Amino acid sequence: MRVEARGEVSRPMLVIAPFAAVAFTLVVASLFVAWAGAPLGRTYALIFDGGFGSRFAWSETLTRATPLMFTGLSAAVAFRARFYNIGAEGQLYAGALAAVAIGGLHGGTGFAAHPLLLFPAMLVAAMLAGALLLIVPALLRTRLGVDEVVTTLLLNFIVLLFVSMMLDGPMKDPAAMGWPQSVALQEELQLPKLIERTRVHTGLLWAVGLSMLLWLVLKYSTFGFAVRAVGANARGAAFAGVPVTRTVIVVALVSGALAGLAGAIEVAGRTTYVTLDMSPGYGYAGIVIAMLAGLNPLGIVAAAIFVAGVLVGADSMSRGVAVPTYIAEVIVAISLLSMLVATAFARYRLRWN
Amino acid sequence: MSPVLRLTGISKRFGPLVANDGISLELNRGEVLALLGENGAGKSTLVSILFGHYVPDTGTIEAFGQPLPPGDPAAALAAGIGMVHQHFTLADNLSVLDNVMLGTEPLWRMSSRRAEARARLIATGARFGLGVNPDARIGRLSVGERQRVEILKALYREARVLILDEPTSVLTPREAESLFATLRQLVREGLSLIFISHKLDEVLRVSDRVAVLRAGKLVATLPAATADRASLAELMVGREVPRPTPKPHAPGGLVCEISDLTVHGEITAVSLTLRAGEITAVAGVSGNGQQALAEVLCGLRAPDAGRVAVAGRVLAADPRAWIAAGVARIPEDRQAAGVIGDLPLWENAIAEHYRTRFARRGLVRRRAARRFARQVIERFDVRAGGGVDTPARSLSGGNMQKLVLGRVLIGDASGTPPLLIVASQPTWGLDIGAVAFIHQQLLDACAHGAAVLLVSDDLDEIFVLADRIAVMHAGRLTAARPAAEWSLSAIGLAMASASPLEAARAG
Repeated sequence: MRVEARGEVSRPMLVIAPFAAVAFTLVVASLFVAWAGAPLGRTYALIFDGGFGSRFAWSETLTRATPLMFTGLSAAVAFRARFYNIGAEGQLYAGALAAVAIGGLHGGTGFAAHPLLLFPAMLVAAMLAGALLLIVPALLRTRLGVDEVVTTLLLNFIVLLFVSMMLDGPMKDPAAMGWPQSVALQEELQLPKLIERTRVHTGLLWAVGLSMLLWLVLKYSTFGFAVRAVGANARGAAFAGVPVTRTVIVVALVSGALAGLAGAIEVAGRTTYVTLDMSPGYGYAGIVIAMLAGLNPLGIVAAAIFVAGVLVGADSMSRGVAVPTYIAEVIVAISLLSMLVATAFARYRLRWN
Repeated sequence: MSPVLRLTGISKRFGPLVANDGISLELNRGEVLALLGENGAGKSTLVSILFGHYVPDTGTIEAFGQPLPPGDPAAALAAGIGMVHQHFTLADNLSVLDNVMLGTEPLWRMSSRRAEARARLIATGARFGLGVNPDARIGRLSVGERQRVEILKALYREARVLILDEPTSVLTPREAESLFATLRQLVREGLSLIFISHKLDEVLRVSDRVAVLRAGKLVATLPAATADRASLAELMVGREVPRPTPKPHAPGGLVCEISDLTVHGEITAVSLTLRAGEITAVAGVSGNGQQALAEVLCGLRAPDAGRVAVAGRVLAADPRAWIAAGVARIPEDRQAAGVIGDLPLWENAIAEHYRTRFARRGLVRRRAARRFARQVIERFDVRAGGGVDTPARSLSGGNMQKLVLGRVLIGDASGTPPLLIVASQPTWGLDIGAVAFIHQQLLDACAHGAAVLLVSDDLDEIFVLADRIAVMHAGRLTAARPAAEWSLSAIGLAMASASPLEAARAG
């Protein structure tokens, strides 16, 4: 068996790739399910039921998918220009903290500005916080060629420790009985529910709207052209006069802003305050989602719902059969790896002889 | 006597493309077989199959009477097939001996047998007349010497059949002479050679037999003695090749003045003037500073000293300033710099103007852009299967270059042709038909008043096109003199290390 380059990238393969990857993932994951000694069909049925089987399941999945769409977009935009931002997790926390800093009930009341003023200020602060975190990695990359994968990844730990310090210090909620959590957001700043008696909030509309906007920007705008050109061939783009350095820096700032927004929307729509466990790795899952979506902003919506469904479904499945919820992470991780292999098959083929 | 190599019915397809179509070929002992063909005719594929990089769809290979397993480079090496690649596969920071030994020793042995290897290398060199100091670092050797190391590497591994892929493309005329002498020596020692080229003269000089490939098919195998230039060219292209029609020579005003241009470590005090309606060529073996000169003139790089004025203005080191000033730039490496392979043809066509002519309120004017791309396709005969939506990557070399040329030569919105054309190796690796087309386009643009700077290491091309020629060596440029005043030997001397004065005397 040998691997050979295809003469041309196969378009049908690129379309089939995500489905093939998911199918392959389920096959591999069933080995783990069988190993745990649970009945295969029932386990998958329970995961599906828990993620998509009822109105309640859908509402939970969509709630979980909302921050994943933001972090997925954050990764997709950056990766399009070959800027590998692995720091969405930290940027999400920075955004959440900034949102509470502007809109929180400091000293019991918080800032007295009108919500119509305070709400945009809160979002802008969150986006700035996320973007600021990427300025140094972006400059290090464009000026000195320092690998942004390393700098952005390590910044995550710095940010989390900083958040931890703030939650135990200046931003600690005095009424939280000693738990490290921030003060809550003013009630007027919290996002309304999208569906009665569920946790789905209007943040979902923001996420879907942004996906469409980014898709349009990438496809039709001159900035989108620059991003795609720089990502596909930086040297060719530079030769044609596309400002490569500036494009990479702007893309980095946009990516950071989107991740910061994920944090603000999560606080405003779901948690109302910041805790150290508000994100079970949404920043990292965003990378998986971006890859599953083939870096296409519209695909992000579907990919985020799939991943959220698996996570939510596994939670509820583990209450029914004796398979730990970690199976969800196994499924997500394998689906990323098999997606990478599947897209490689669009460029290469296997030959048997 | 049985042949040393026998290829029978070799076919290879890549998707819809038939790269090799039932090729049967024999190589006899002590013979030089030239493999002649345009780019894309299937020469490289055939050689890659022979060397085990590709598996043929059908067909078999026999080496010295034994069948050669397909797709196994190690087996090809063991059977005594050696290959000298066009782009050298040497480690610059290692010595000649290290490079030759690399990969010949088993991994699981504590000590390296260097002394033994050195003795063998020196003996091999002496036997074939290829003297190279085993301790010299590759990075310090000239291109000709590096090629000798590549050949030695194959001989050290006891190659009995040597494949040379476009071996003269990187050499000065003098180095090429010495290569030909080496090849004759190899044949005297009983080796058999496959010599890949698309240059007719050298094929006629060095080979015993010529195999001509066209569009994946072997169209003829004939003794070199009975062949001539014209017949080979026709076999190779399949039709008569048009010669570019020269233009009346009437240089106009000064367009570009380069004075004392210096880029540290690359070029030193280069001066040159470019006039409207005139083609000025910079000849020289590539790697002597031409790239830095071209980069400055494409707005990619700021000089350390000296100035370049286009129409009297010094421009910033930013491609956009040069594009706006009417400079048409054709990069040396069309795949890496000329196009963005994953983007469709139409986006590549407007890449230089995506924020100016083809933008409105932050959006790309798609309809205007696609119309412009269709114009380029029509006027410059770009053959693309999917029209303007074809990804640039899937264009052939010639069509890709026509796109690169077309987008800059077609002129601005009002149809004004470019003021200055900076063309680096514009026909490198293209087939004869595309070369003729591109030459004609450059001549036409020149006739319409453009000043042209042609940077090339192909002397044939330079003599066909240039009105004036300057030669670059080790970062210095000779004065530009009318083409008629240069003889081939004078250029050869100037390209090698001789001083410009000596070169002038020889001319």
